[in-house]
Amino acid sequence: MAQVKEPDRSEGELPDPLEIPDLVPGCMAASKPYVAAPEFQKPLGFPGELVENWQEKAIEKMAELRGKYRSFRVFLDACVKCGACTDKCHYFLGTGDPKNMPVARQDLLRQVYRRHFTLAGKYLPWLVGARDLTEEVLDDWYSYFHQCSQCRRCSVYCPYGIDTAEISMAGREIMDSIGKGQKYSNEIIGKVLSIGNNLGLPKKALKATLEGLEEEVLEETGVPVKFPLDEKGADILLVAPSADYFAEPHVAGLIGYAKVFHQAGVTWTISSYGTEAANFGMFIGSYENMREIALRIRKAALDLGVKRLVFGECGHAWRAAYSFLNTLAGPFDFLDQRYPIPQHICEFTYDLMQAGKLKFDKSKNEHIRLTFHDSCNIARGSRLGNMPGGQFEIPRAILKATCNHFHDMPADTIKEGTLCCGGGGGLLTDELIEIRKKGAQPRMRALQQVAEEHGVTHMAAMCAICKAQFSKVLPMYGFDMEAIVSVHQMVSNAIVLDRVEGASQESEGGEE
Amino acid sequence: MLTVAYALLFYAAAAVLTGGLGFRIWEYARTPAPLKIPTTPAPTTRSGVAFRLFREVVLFESLFKANKWIWLFGWVFHAALLLVLLRHLRYFTHPIWEWVALIQPFGVYAGFAMVAGLLGLWARRFLVPRIRYISAPSDHLMLALLIGIGGSGLLMKYVARTDIVALKSFFLGIMTFNWQPIPADPVLLIHLGLVAALMIIFPFSKLLHAPGLFFSPTRNQVDNPRERRHLANWARELEAGRS
Ligand code: HEM
Ligand code: SF4
Ligand code: SF4
Ligand code: SF4
Repeated sequence: MAQVKEPDRSEGELPDPLEIPDLVPGCMAASKPYVAAPEFQKPLGFPGELVENWQEKAIEKMAELRGKYRSFRVFLDACVKCGACTDKCHYFLGTGDPKNMPVARQDLLRQVYRRHFTLAGKYLPWLVGARDLTEEVLDDWYSYFHQCSQCRRCSVYCPYGIDTAEISMAGREIMDSIGKGQKYSNEIIGKVLSIGNNLGLPKKALKATLEGLEEEVLEETGVPVKFPLDEKGADILLVAPSADYFAEPHVAGLIGYAKVFHQAGVTWTISSYGTEAANFGMFIGSYENMREIALRIRKAALDLGVKRLVFGECGHAWRAAYSFLNTLAGPFDFLDQRYPIPQHICEFTYDLMQAGKLKFDKSKNEHIRLTFHDSCNIARGSRLGNMPGGQFEIPRAILKATCNHFHDMPADTIKEGTLCCGGGGGLLTDELIEIRKKGAQPRMRALQQVAEEHGVTHMAAMCAICKAQFSKVLPMYGFDMEAIVSVHQMVSNAIVLDRVEGASQESEGGEE
Repeated sequence: MLTVAYALLFYAAAAVLTGGLGFRIWEYARTPAPLKIPTTPAPTTRSGVAFRLFREVVLFESLFKANKWIWLFGWVFHAALLLVLLRHLRYFTHPIWEWVALIQPFGVYAGFAMVAGLLGLWARRFLVPRIRYISAPSDHLMLALLIGIGGSGLLMKYVARTDIVALKSFFLGIMTFNWQPIPADPVLLIHLGLVAALMIIFPFSKLLHAPGLFFSPTRNQVDNPRERRHLANWARELEAGRS
C-alpha cells in the first residue's frame, strides 16, 4: 500500500497539523469494515445480503431520499467544485487519498445521482462526470463512506454549507437498503434495541457495576455518593454512553456526574431500559432506527416518572439528543419545562458553578497540564448553554475551574475548526485501525505542539468515542494512553464534597 | 432572418431560465429537511439566520475561512458579475434609471475584474492537483463560457464596437413584441449567443448554487431544536399510534 511521503523538515521542527499531503490515489481503497451478516441486518429492517437487483433498488432508494431530504437534493445540486473543502478532512490530511477529500467523497454519490436524476448526466455523462452504479462504484461507496466520521468539518468551510456527513449517511442508508450494511454499527443498534445499551450490558451486570462504584467512592472519599438504577420518582434521568459504565477513562467521568448530583442535592437515576445515550442510527442515516432508539429514552423517562433529562458526555449522542431528540421522540411536555430538555451534564455542572454551589480544590489536579479536544459533534452539530458557541466556552470554564494549567491547541484546530479524533461515525472498530490512526494524525500533531510549547500532559474530551479512540491511538503517536481524560473526571478529582447529608434534598425543580 | 432567430432564441432562453429556475426553487421549497442540522455555532433567531445568509451571499464568509485565494478570485468575479449585470440594465430600460447611469463607469472596470477573477479560478483548476482531480469537463466549460461572454463583451467595448443604439432598440423591441433589427456584428452575435446558452443551462447545472445556498439546511436553519419541535410531514406519519 502506498505511503504518504513525509516532507523533509529540519530536526526538531514540529509538523503543521494541517499540512496538506501529496495526492496518493487509491491508497485507502482497501480500507473497509466488515459487512453485516444477515442476523445483524434483519432486526433493523434491512435485507440480509446484497439483493439481486441491487442497482435498481439503490436508484429507487436514491429517488426516495431525494424526496425526503432537502439536504440530499440541494447538496448534490449545488456544489461548484470550488475546492475549498478539499484540504479540510482529517482523513485526507492523514492519508493523501483524493477520495477522502470531502467533495470527492460526495462525488462518489453525485456521479450516480447525475446519471439518473439530471438531464446532462442522462445524455452527456462524460461531460459532467456521471457514472452508472457499477460494482466498482459500490465498492468505492463501501470503502469511502466508511472513511467519513461525519464530523462536519467540511461543512464549516463550504460556501453553501454542504455537509459531507449527510452524504455519507445517505450512502450508508442506500447500502443498508440493498443489503450491504456495516457489521459494527448494525450489530450495536441491534443490541440497543434488544437490551437497552450498545454494549449489551444486562440489568444485573449494570447493577453490580454501579454498586461497585458506590463502594469505591465511599472508600476513597468517605462520602456515600449514590449510583441509583431504575429508581422511580427520581428528579433526573441520566442517560450516558454505555462506555461510562465500565471502561477507562470513561467511568471516571460517570463518578464525576454522580458527585455533582450528590453535591447538588438532587435525586437521580439511570434506567436499565433506556441506558444508552449514543444513537448509532444516526451513523447509518436511518431515521427509523434513530427514532426507535430515541423512543426508548422517552419511555424510560415516562416509566420512571422523572422530571428532568440529563445526558452524559458523548459527542454524537449529544448531537442526537440536543438536535434530534425533540423531533424524534418529543414533545416532552411531561418534564419540568424550566430546564432545558434534554440538558447536558456540563450545562448542569456549569449552572451550579454559576450559582456558587460547587467548590473545587484545584490542587488535586496540580499534576495535570491540560488541553481540550472539542468533540466535533458537540462543536459543529449541537450547542451547550443558551448562547451560540456555549459548547466551546462551557467545558473550558469547567476545566479552568478545576485545573490551574490550561492551554488550548492551535486556533485553527479547535472550536468550530476542531479536528476529529479519527474514530467517530461508526469507525471505532478494529478492522479500521489503519484509517483511524491516519485520521488522528492532524489532532495528534496539534497535541504535540502544545505538549512541546506548554508541557501539556493531558487532553480532556467529552465524547465516549473520542476517549476510546484516543486511548488506542495516543500510544501510536508517542503519548501515554492515560493522557486522555473526561471533563467530569477533572471535576471528580477536584470537587469538594461537603454537603451535609439530609440537609437539603432541595431538588431545584422539586415542587409539582 | 437573424433578428427572428435571435429574438426567438432569447424568448426561449428567458423561458427556460425562469421556468427552470422556478421549478427548481419549487422543488427545493417542497422537499422537507426532517432534522435540525445547522452547522453550529448557529444563530438562535430568524433574524440571526437572515444575517448569516446575508454574510454568505455578500461576503462569502465561509469561503473566506476556507481559502483566501479561492475567496479572492471568486468574490471578485461575482462582485464584478453583479456590477456588469446591473450595468446592462441600460439596454433594457428607457429612460435609463438614474442609478444605472451612475454605475456605468464602474461597470467598465468590472468587466476586466470579472475576467481576471475567472482566469484565476481557471488557473487553479490546472495548477492545484486537488482541484484538478475534482474538475469535470463541465467545470472547465462553464468557466470558458463565462470568459467567452466577458471577453466578447470587452472586445465590443474596446475593439470591435457595435451599434449600441440599434442593439437597445432590438432588446426593447423584443420586450414589447415589436421586433427591431439586430446589428449583424459577429462579436455581438457571439456574445449574445453565449449569454443565451448560459441562461439555458443555468437550471440544469451547478449554477444552481445560487438558489441552493438559500435552501441549504446547514445554513438556513435556526438553532432552536430544544425550544421548538421540528417535524417533517413524512415523519409525522410515523407517529400515529405512538405513546
Ligand atoms: C446568490 C448569488 C450567488 C452566490 C452567493 C454565489 C456564490 C458563489 C461562491 C461562493 C462560489 C465559490 C467560489 C468560486 O469558485 O467563485 C461560486 C462559484 C461560481 N459561481 Fe456563483 N454565486 C452566485 C451567483 C452566480 C451566478 C448568477 C453565476 C452565473 C452566471 C455564478 C457563477 C459561478 C461559477 C461559474 C462558479 C464556479 C467558479 C469555478 O469554476 O471555480 N454564480 N459562486
Ligand atoms: S467547498 Fe462546497 S462547493 Fe466547494 S467543492 Fe467543496 S463541497 Fe463543493
Ligand atoms: S464530515 Fe468530516 S470525515 Fe466526513 S468528509 Fe467531512 S471532514 Fe471528512
Ligand atoms: S468521535 Fe469525537 S472527535 Fe470523532 S467525530 Fe465523534 S465527536 Fe468528533
